[in-house]
Amino acid sequence: MKIIACVKQVPDSAARVVVEDGQVTWGDAPLVINPWDEYAVETALVQTEEHGGDVIAISIGSETSKEALKHALAMGCSEAILISDPELDEIDSLTAAKILSAAIQKVGEVDLAFFGRQAIDGDMGVTAAQTARVLGWPAFTLVSTISELNPGSGTIRVERSIEEGRQVVEGKLPAVVSVVKDIGEPRYPSFMGIRKASRANIPTWTLADLNLGEFSVQVKWPDLINPPKREIKTEIVEGEGPEEVAEKLADKILEEKML
Amino acid sequence: MDLSLTDEHRMVQQMVRDFALKEVAPIIREFDRKQEMAPFILHRMADLGILGICIPVKYGGQGMDYLSLGLACEELEAVDSSLRVVMSVHTGLNSMGLLQWGTEEQKERYLIPQARGTRIGCFGLTEPGCGSDVAAIASTGKRHGDSYILNGEKMWISLATKADHALVVVRTNSNAPDPHRGLSAFLLELDTPGVQRGDIHGKLGVRAGSTGWLAFNDVRVHEGNRIGEEGEGFQIAMSCLDNGRYTVAAGATGLIRACLEASVRYARERKAFGRDIGKMQLVQQKIARMVQSYEVARLLYFKAGWLKNKGLRNSKETSLAKWFATDESFKAASEAIQVHGAYGYSDEYDVERYLRNSKGAVIYEGTSEIHQLIQAGYAFGYRVDSPMRCELPAYDAEFWQN
Repeated sequence: MKIIACVKQVPDSAARVVVEDGQVTWGDAPLVINPWDEYAVETALVQTEEHGGDVIAISIGSETSKEALKHALAMGCSEAILISDPELDEIDSLTAAKILSAAIQKVGEVDLAFFGRQAIDGDMGVTAAQTARVLGWPAFTLVSTISELNPGSGTIRVERSIEEGRQVVEGKLPAVVSVVKDIGEPRYPSFMGIRKASRANIPTWTLADLNLGEFSVQVKWPDLINPPKREIKTEIVEGEGPEEVAEKLADKILEEKML
Repeated sequence: MDLSLTDEHRMVQQMVRDFALKEVAPIIREFDRKQEMAPFILHRMADLGILGICIPVKYGGQGMDYLSLGLACEELEAVDSSLRVVMSVHTGLNSMGLLQWGTEEQKERYLIPQARGTRIGCFGLTEPGCGSDVAAIASTGKRHGDSYILNGEKMWISLATKADHALVVVRTNSNAPDPHRGLSAFLLELDTPGVQRGDIHGKLGVRAGSTGWLAFNDVRVHEGNRIGEEGEGFQIAMSCLDNGRYTVAAGATGLIRACLEASVRYARERKAFGRDIGKMQLVQQKIARMVQSYEVARLLYFKAGWLKNKGLRNSKETSLAKWFATDESFKAASEAIQVHGAYGYSDEYDVERYLRNSKGAVIYEGTSEIHQLIQAGYAFGYRVDSPMRCELPAYDAEFWQN
């Protein structure tokens, strides 16, 4: 099987992301592979371990995104490709989907493309579905279990975790799958994988390599603002014994319209 | 000179950090209170390859260099000393001893399963009646045909009840003119008849680690399990300590970092006299000292690791790194408690555990006093490293990874 794992580099989940002078900043916090994408890489690796084949990790971003790709290589992916172009400074999810689709087609004969449920920076959660739409492939989003995968007959059956419960869906390959946490804990990079990743020569594809021209970005972020600061006021309710305290507290809660 | 870490080193650091933070940090207080080693630790570290990190692939290891071992120890002890202790005894004192002194057949038999972590190793040097004075070892190994009969006791042995093998040093010649020359080393399988062992509880620190004793009562060991020649036991023990001390130094550096990070975090949040206590100069002084200790300790173990990679003798540098880092980790932990105030005095925060854990390393693998004697000995020229029959092999990526 040939499987693509789409990964993104994002600020560490422990970073304090704020807006300064209209720009998003995360200070000196490190950039890491999007944690949800680690689940995608894990799921892709499990499929090739069961059915044979290779996992190719793809990322869109600047040169630093190679770090996220190296992480995927160290986990066990056999190849990695970076898509980087000066034109790609600020793109929306649809543009990302178009670029990823072109890359997936350029790789050729891909059976499955895995995504994490969303990236923790933009939190859009739609790139997987949009990529499927551009490719014209079925989209299986928010997948928690791959119950059956049959490369011979080109079919897949998955369980989706949705608000109402679990939903079993079947479809044909090639397909796009986005995964949630329940799919299985991602493995740590192995030492052998680390060595391979540190020596890997990751090719960079430009928009020209993908035969893509200029994009008109549909979704823009015209203004970025920090959420209002939370004001915390502490007040100790006093009274003669617990009953009076409880009564006063209840009145206070009603007065503040908390209930 | 290039002090930057390679991609490989950074990824090793990250991988070990992730393991320690995700899997051990959430449960460590519970096991520290129970004075038990969490049951998954050894096999998880084995599965992830950490136990054989710097052993060549052909001997079952992961083929990384000696600096990677140091980096891994720093990350492990930044979460809990008991994790680094595993590396000190299993990898540093035992497996690296086998790598340096073992015959091909012994490496095949013992190093491969140890590097894979399917067998666990420990190290038996200290006895109830002797620690720093290694030449006073009283355990004996009497020649009997093609075997030796071992009798005696070993004390303060990390992993004594968890290990499958022990690298032990006993006296095989009680008439040697120089008592150092009367010692020999053996790789002992701990299920051999006559071996008894047990745990020691009630330690001040490293309570989530396993520490115990070994007793030998007419234990027969085949001569094929003797490591090195008869009479080389002292040299073997000292070279094993060069590796064990390196892991202790790197680990203590991680402990200083843990104290620093915990103190900065707390001092940014805790308020007194209307402002963050981090704004107080006397708190800042403590933090500055921790930064200094961390950076110096790191440079010292980096240098020792670099010397090991080059195959150069590093007894002096390793001793210095171990002495400095362990003393400083004890001070850093004490100051970290001071920064945390009364909260630091309770096990609601990690810093009291850091202080308890830090004290052991100031004693084991050469007390700070012994390391001061070693350093003075080198400075005066009283102490000179004599060449050894087997040196720790230099890191050769080609050999290590194929």
